[in-house]
Amino acid sequence: MESLVQNILNALQWGSFYALIALGYTLVYGVLTLINFAHGDVFMVGAYIAFFVSTFLLTTLGLPGWGVLILAIPLTMFFTSLVGVTLERVAYRPLRRKGAHRLYVVITALMAGLILEHANLAILGASRKAFPSLIEEQVYNIGGVVFTNLKLGVIFTAAAVFVLLNFIVTKTKIGMAMRAISYDKFAVPLMGIPIDQIIVFTFILGSSMAGLAGLLFAMSYPVLEPYMGALIGWKAFIAAVVGGIGDIRGAFIGGFLLGAVEIMVVAVFPSTYRDLIAFSVLLIILAVRPTGLFGVARHTKI
Amino acid sequence: MLLTVENLKVKYGNIQALQGISFNVDKGEIVTLIGANGAGKTTTLHSICRLPPPEAPKVVEGDIKFKGESILSTEPHTLVSVHNIALVPEGRHIFGNLTVKENLTLATYARKDTEGIKRQLKHVFELFPRLKERENQRSESLSGGEQQMLAVGRALMTGCDFLLLDEPSMGLSPLLKYELFRTLKRLNQEGMTILLIEQNASLALHLAHRGYVLDTGEMAAEGTSEELINDPEVKRAYLGG
Repeated sequence: MESLVQNILNALQWGSFYALIALGYTLVYGVLTLINFAHGDVFMVGAYIAFFVSTFLLTTLGLPGWGVLILAIPLTMFFTSLVGVTLERVAYRPLRRKGAHRLYVVITALMAGLILEHANLAILGASRKAFPSLIEEQVYNIGGVVFTNLKLGVIFTAAAVFVLLNFIVTKTKIGMAMRAISYDKFAVPLMGIPIDQIIVFTFILGSSMAGLAGLLFAMSYPVLEPYMGALIGWKAFIAAVVGGIGDIRGAFIGGFLLGAVEIMVVAVFPSTYRDLIAFSVLLIILAVRPTGLFGVARHTKI
Repeated sequence: MLLTVENLKVKYGNIQALQGISFNVDKGEIVTLIGANGAGKTTTLHSICRLPPPEAPKVVEGDIKFKGESILSTEPHTLVSVHNIALVPEGRHIFGNLTVKENLTLATYARKDTEGIKRQLKHVFELFPRLKERENQRSESLSGGEQQMLAVGRALMTGCDFLLLDEPSMGLSPLLKYELFRTLKRLNQEGMTILLIEQNASLALHLAHRGYVLDTGEMAAEGTSEELINDPEVKRAYLGG
């Protein structure tokens, strides 16, 4: 029983990371029908931004750890969203203006991701960075279930992000515009809506969440390297697809599902089986429901 | 003149869709542009509305002026938010994944006048009571006629005073057609300027004050509705005898 609760907690923590990253894939896909393959690397850049921001605040300004954390959250989200917006501006928008086929935009996204990885490698070198500890880790033990304040913080943050995004997408005009674009791009400017503004907003949302995930991930697993975004990015992308890409509920369900499957596999099998079995399960889900759990097949997809 | 189109030549790729047409619409008028399929009616509207690429037709010569100023380099959303020109596109293009209310709300995206928006919504619901009944339904579940009402209602919500309609009667039953055209007449009496594109020439000419006849990218005839209805050429080609 304890180990089940323990595993669920672990699954929720990993699911939170996947969900926060999957959001970026799903939001951008919803608006542009573009799979932004650079997004995993935006998460990596987010972790590095968190590293530099935290180190600066900690050592140069000498702030206490909790103060650093409070400042690092908005700053990391802000700077990471700048990265996302820049990508959109220099890589995707010019192609969209020329009416390029989606395939070329996806290839551009792949290249943009590689550029982020190797720019990092070139500028910062291959050595890993150790993320400073910002808050004192508290370990709680309730009835044999061991968890930390950090783990709870990660899960709580993901839940709060879900509530916030759900509100934005369903209740605000800009959220309605995002949903409208995913249904019928043609008619959106006819409503007096500047499409580019909605697209930029989408990139801000997606990449700031990736930045948040980067910060939380670096706090939980404090070793940073340029390729850290690659595998986790792929996994989050698959989570988004399994949940039903284009739907934010799908991103969360897919993320938590992947987290759960991974943790459960490790609980039963040797840990080397983790990714094999996890991806096989996802493959089966997609074979049964190709549009994902929340996805709807639509014939009017534009 | 509210809208002046001067010697407009437009290309879609290598196809010359408009060969230099001129027409105008004055404030408070209903003007109709009639013609057969492929005559260039929709191209004309899309040129006015400055749709973003790749849908946008390419204007190679001529000018489109609104209140005396060229709007050829205006962005499509600015046309709505600054110039108050709204288009009801062919095929309605409502947002099926949003509710009726959300469709109407979205059209007020660029507006800040909360009171005006409220009044407008009341007005739209008064014009189309069916929309009020179905307010919270996903709009893809509406019937074709209701979707057309939503498309018109949505255009009105932008706060436009110049309404462009592209084949609004397409796919509607005769009864709904008359109902829609009665509504357009009422809107015009309330001060709305209307540019109407129709294949159903008889219906359009009976509503409009003036009309233009487009034929393969060229203006074939123009005049008051009465003149066009009595023109033997127009009668033969577009009014069925």
